[in-house]
Parts: sequence; structure tokens; C-alpha cells
Amino acid sequence: MKTKILACAMATLFVVAGAAPVTAEVVINQKAKKFDKKKIEIKKGETVKFVNSDSISHNIHSRSAGYKFDLGVSKPGTTASKVFDKAGKFKVRCAIHPKMKLTVKVN
Amino acid sequence: MGTHKKISKIAMSMVVVISGFATVVSTAAISAEKKSRAEWKKEYVRPSEIPFPKENPYTAAKADLGRTLFFDPRLSGANYISCGTCHNPSFARGDGLAKGIGHAMTKLGRRTPTILNLAFGEDLMWDGRFETLEQQALGPMSAPVEMNQNMKAIVAELQQIPEYQTLFNVSFPGKGITVENIAKAIATFERTVVSGVAPFDRWGAGDDHAISTSAKRGFDLFNNKANCVACHSGWNFTDSSFHDIGMPDKDIGRGKVVPGVVVMQHAFKVPTLRNAVERAPYMHDGSLKNLYSVVEHYDNGFVTRPSKSEEIYKLKLTSVEKTDLVEFMKTLSSKDAPIAFPRLPAYDQTVAGSLNVSPAAGPSAGSTANRVPKGACNSFLMHYIPCSK
Repeated sequence: MKTKILACAMATLFVVAGAAPVTAEVVINQKAKKFDKKKIEIKKGETVKFVNSDSISHNIHSRSAGYKFDLGVSKPGTTASKVFDKAGKFKVRCAIHPKMKLTVKVN
Repeated sequence: MGTHKKISKIAMSMVVVISGFATVVSTAAISAEKKSRAEWKKEYVRPSEIPFPKENPYTAAKADLGRTLFFDPRLSGANYISCGTCHNPSFARGDGLAKGIGHAMTKLGRRTPTILNLAFGEDLMWDGRFETLEQQALGPMSAPVEMNQNMKAIVAELQQIPEYQTLFNVSFPGKGITVENIAKAIATFERTVVSGVAPFDRWGAGDDHAISTSAKRGFDLFNNKANCVACHSGWNFTDSSFHDIGMPDKDIGRGKVVPGVVVMQHAFKVPTLRNAVERAPYMHDGSLKNLYSVVEHYDNGFVTRPSKSEEIYKLKLTSVEKTDLVEFMKTLSSKDAPIAFPRLPAYDQTVAGSLNVSPAAGPSAGSTANRVPKGACNSFLMHYIPCSK
């Protein structure tokens, strides 16, 4: 009986895993009105998570040609994520604080 | 001004379960900006040098040429408006008007921003539409409602002036007078326009008598209860950011340059507070007559809408606190030496000729002719004057 339950649980686990494939995630921290990295290189389909460790709000966005996006206001202590599903080199900035610049190269 | 955050070491842990395994992906500690007065002082120390871009490095000859061009009204279409007309050294590089005045007395849509300390800026103009000072130098010059200069004609016009040919050849060997080099020279000069040492700087350096007790209290308020530091941070008292500070006019500012971003609607560049006391009236629309009015606005005078900055909220300042903030801002003004205006190069005196300049009389305000022609309406111009439909 225990064997059957374990097998069933593992099967469920693999179904869940199959439905939502695990992809790599790169974390970018925002602190003192700066990104903690200036450039990153990721693979197509990977996620970049922007953590706001500042005491003020930020707003991640990109005006790169053919790949514009806006993640909206990110309040202190929150995160915003972006799946980069297109290859290329993209400039990401904080719309509020233009000195915050990040280049994302998606292979 | 903005929210006085009191987020004291909120530990944030995010646990994500992936395929049956628990993984901690992020732990961030958010510390409150709770610092002593002495620690805050260190945040405002003047830089030791001016940054120049590698694409347009500093030379003394180029800066001198740029200074001459800056004050030469022949860079405008009608030859009577120079960059220095609006960026007047006597008004801390502003013009003292609520709204700028351009070609043929056209009233512009916004107050003239100062050119002080732009070497340290990012995304220039109230709406940040120019990424570099070189771009910015050409924008107002070519705008029909500002200096109304035909950029092809300006090269030919300056070539009629022998001394300019010499000055450009010295600064740009083998290239001479071009539109790009006009921009590079003016931008180089503008980067040298830096506000001088103010009483606040002397206080920061250790002279305890350099500013009043009221101003010292104002400094504390600036960094704490009033939280002006949220945006007016660093030695230049701006972080070059964009915010909707709740001014009640309909100008959407940065929203036209960055459409689709909610918080950029009605957002404008945070200006430097250095020498601000000489630049009244205030705000992008020039609607506030003095610094006390500015403090009143941030205290409780703003309008609320979806784009309003998170840093703007009711401050509940007392009248003494408002006065203290004004007294502090007054200490940011340097008593700079009078500016020596350059001698402008003379036209060639050796050959006969006539000048071909744009007519001084422009279209009357409000007429359909006083609109940017359809097809020419772009982000450079569209906020100054209505576009033809």
C-alpha cells in the first residue's frame, strides 16, 4: 500500500514538473537606486527577477526596439519578473530612475 | 519630497516549491534610511571633477568655443536669441519667467530649466527627451518655436565669420564647422557650468557657523519627515528621476516620451536645488512664485491621480518646519563671481555681401500657422506647440 502511495505521489510530481518545466532564474537586486549588475547573459525563455530592496519604488521597463515591456511600479520589498522569450540584446531601465541601466543579452 | 519610509529591516524570504523541492530563491533585507545628521552630510559632498564623455572629451579650446557659441545670437534663425538669452547667468542659468519665450515672442509650454550641473545629469529636459547634452544643444536651436534656426543654414552662416573658422579648426582639426561640432562645443561648455561652493558645502566641510540653526533643522527635515531626499538626493540635489508630483495642469510631460508607463504620465525631471533661490518661479509650469509655495505644494497642495508618485503624500509640516526647509534650500546657493560675456567674432570685413536670415516676425500666437506642420511633429517639438491635425 505504501509503495502504491509513493508511486502515485511521484507520478503526480512528474506530471506537475512536466506541465511547468523548470527554467533558470536570474535575480537582479535594486538598492540605492542602482541595479547590482550592469550586464547579464541568459538563454531564451529564462526569467529575470527584479527584487526591490530599496526604500523607494521602482518601475522596470524597456524601450528596446521590437521588445518593449513595462512591469509597472514595484514597491519596496516586492519583486517583478520578466520571462525573456526573444533572443537579442535589450536595454532595461527603471522608468523613474534613468540612471538605473541593465543590458540583458538573450541567447 | 516623498514618503517617509520607516521600513526597519523587514526580512523578506521567498520560498518557491518546484517539483517537490523547497528552494529559497531570494532573501533581501530592506533597511530604513535612518541616518544621523553627520551621516547625511556625507551624502552631499561635492565631486572632485566634472565627467566628460569619451565621445566628446574636454579641451579648453572646445569649451571656449562653446561658450562663445552659447552667447552668440546668430545661432538663432532671426539672429536675436542666444542660448544665453533663456539660460541667463544672472538668473542661475534660467530666465526668471514662468514660461519660456521663443522665436517671435512665442510663449513656450514650460519654464526654462537651468543648465547648471548638467554634466551630472541623465536624460535631459523636463521630459527627458534628449539622452545627451549634444542632442539637447541642437533641440532648442532647431525648434521653430524656440531659436528657429535652419541647421543647414547655420553652418553656412558661421562660415562667413573667419574667426569661427579658425576656432572650429583648432577644436576639431580637419573637420571644421559642422552641425555636430557646434553641438559638441556647446555641450562641452555646458558641462563646465557647475554651481560654486555654497554655505551648505562649507557647513558640510566643518564650518558650523556657515548656516543658521533654522537651516540645520531644515536639513534634518529634508532627509527625514519631508523626505525630499527621495528624489533630491546627492551633491546636486537631484537623482535625475521623473515623477508626477501632482501639479494640476494637463501637461503629461514624460508621458509623451514614454507612453504606456502609468507613473510617467504627468511626470517631469527632478531639477537640481543648487542655486534654486535665484530661479523663481518654480515647477515645470512656473506656477509657484517662491520656495515657500513649493514647500506648501509638497505638504498638501498636490492633486491625486493614478500616476502620482509614491513619494508624494501629505507631510503635515508645521509653519516653522516649512520655514526651516526654505532656510535650508537658501543655503544651497553659491555666490559666484560675475560672468564675463565673450567677445563675439566679427563678420568678414574684406568682401561685400548680404545676410540671409529668417524673418523676425513669426506667426501670431494661436493661429493655425503657429503649429508644428503635420509630418514634422515629433517628440522634439510636440510638447511646445500644438501639432497640425
